[in-house]
Amino acid sequence: MSIVFSKTPMLTDAVQHYCPGCTHGIIHRLVAEAIDELGVGDRAVGVAPVGCSVLAYNYFNCDCVQAAHGRAPAVATGIKRANPQNIVFTYQGDGDLAAIGTAETVHAAARGENITVIFVNNAIYGMTGGQMAPTTMPGQVTQTSPYGRDPKAAGYPIRVCELLSTLDGAAYCERVSADSVKNIRSAKRAIKQAFQNQIDGKGFSLVEVLSSCPTNWGLTPAAALGWIRDKMIPYYPLGVYKNTP
Amino acid sequence: MSEKVLIKGNEAVAEAAIASGCRHFFGYPITPQSELAAYLARRMPKVGGVYLQAESEVAAINMVYGASAAGVRCMTSSSSPGISLKSEGLSYLAGCDLPAVVVNVQRGGPGLGGIQPSQADYFQATRGGGHGDYHIIVLAPGGVQEMFSYTCKAFDLADQYRMTVMVLTDGILGQMMEATSMTVNSEQATANSEKPWAVGGVRTGRARNIVNSLYLKPSELEETNLARYEKYKLVEDAEQAHDSYLLDDAEIVVAAYGASARIAKNAVDEARNRGVKAGLLRPVTLWPFPKKAFLEASKHARAFVSVEMSMGQMIEDIELAIRCSRPVSLCSRVGGMVPDPAKILQAIISASQEATA
Repeated sequence: MSIVFSKTPMLTDAVQHYCPGCTHGIIHRLVAEAIDELGVGDRAVGVAPVGCSVLAYNYFNCDCVQAAHGRAPAVATGIKRANPQNIVFTYQGDGDLAAIGTAETVHAAARGENITVIFVNNAIYGMTGGQMAPTTMPGQVTQTSPYGRDPKAAGYPIRVCELLSTLDGAAYCERVSADSVKNIRSAKRAIKQAFQNQIDGKGFSLVEVLSSCPTNWGLTPAAALGWIRDKMIPYYPLGVYKNTP
Repeated sequence: MSEKVLIKGNEAVAEAAIASGCRHFFGYPITPQSELAAYLARRMPKVGGVYLQAESEVAAINMVYGASAAGVRCMTSSSSPGISLKSEGLSYLAGCDLPAVVVNVQRGGPGLGGIQPSQADYFQATRGGGHGDYHIIVLAPGGVQEMFSYTCKAFDLADQYRMTVMVLTDGILGQMMEATSMTVNSEQATANSEKPWAVGGVRTGRARNIVNSLYLKPSELEETNLARYEKYKLVEDAEQAHDSYLLDDAEIVVAAYGASARIAKNAVDEARNRGVKAGLLRPVTLWPFPKKAFLEASKHARAFVSVEMSMGQMIEDIELAIRCSRPVSLCSRVGGMVPDPAKILQAIISASQEATA
């Protein structure tokens, strides 16, 4: 028998804790493949956030640092400034990156910090049980917006790629989705580009991946992927928002 | 030969960082520590180092966390309100056993407080500052020379024990100028120790390193706490430091650190002139508190006077150190006001009279 498909070396053998149908597993694999294909695994340093992916340091087969909630870009800045030859990436959810860590995200981008940020947007706080996130859409029901997010009371979501693309320091911002094979292939290309940019010294690169949360959305895994397509993509259009040559 | 230069306290701390091999500084402006950051903004590029002005004190301490995890000597500095913001990071640094040097040039509080000198962050510093069971080593320089030498020492202690070391000073010491020798002994210059636990570099032939303070199993988390407190015992044993003046036969022991100690020293002299056997015990380490020295002094002391620019914070450590075996009174000014030698003298005389009565 010949092996036709195997685990990429940048992923450890640890059993991942993610819920059935969650797309974190796919996104982890894309990140790991990108690092392996670029041949920088021996100098990669990952920064894990607080949230569902807090245990990312168990899954990425490289040196890792676990950061306080929202502070991953600042921690990554310290690592990168200490050792510029390292390939430093953060892996953050929407609460971490776009609520508590907004300042760290915006300023790392404004400085043109030469790091790669993987931003997983599932429009909800997953680990704490499904509360309203900075990317929860108007009308979306969560534990803390039980009647649907009412912008009059709870304000509007943040479109991170659009926001960051206005900053001179941001080299690359692209929004992709993990809802379908076609979009996953596109996500892989974008993530690889974001790492290549760092190798080339281009500066701050962020890939926003629209991701599913069947558990807290109260949907089956298949229906959750449909929800990304039908609800999220119209509100968060896919595409390249910034690409400094 | 140690040539002396006239330099501000804040700048002496900055130069000490350079002398100690620190090449990564992450700061944020706040009065009265701003000269420190400004000095390093000038110096760091000249020595191939990194000066980075963060977007906040929160970001700055987390940059220190990242740089420390990557194995380099690094520092941040601030003043009281900014240290509150850094407290989250101090807890994470402790939880990961990372070395770091943090400078607090204290000002009056609480809240935005004022910009004049204070010592009101004593509890915050000596009890750790952030959440969880942990300590940081706290050094209290008494002048500009010590601002330099204790900052150098701070880097060595941080690496030796994998702890945060805080240089706890105040607006007076930060702003004043004194003739200072900035010679570094060879031990300090070469003290960059091996850090096999650090992340980064090129990973060949070693297991991957993870810097983390999350332990979801309570028994494992308890283990890390117990191990850390074993380390703290070693620190308490080995690192207590103090300075004394006319202490050997002192019946009234005046305790003060930092700028307060300079003022208290004058009052001690004046008390001696008036026939009161006063002496000064100046803690140099606030954590670990120099308990042994206080216990020793209590053998001949009839009373203690704690002179503070705070509402009675260090006094609690004195009472604990001497196990409340002698009366301890407080002489303090707060909010940016500075203790007056005449008031301290009065406190010494009162303590002497009460102890006799």
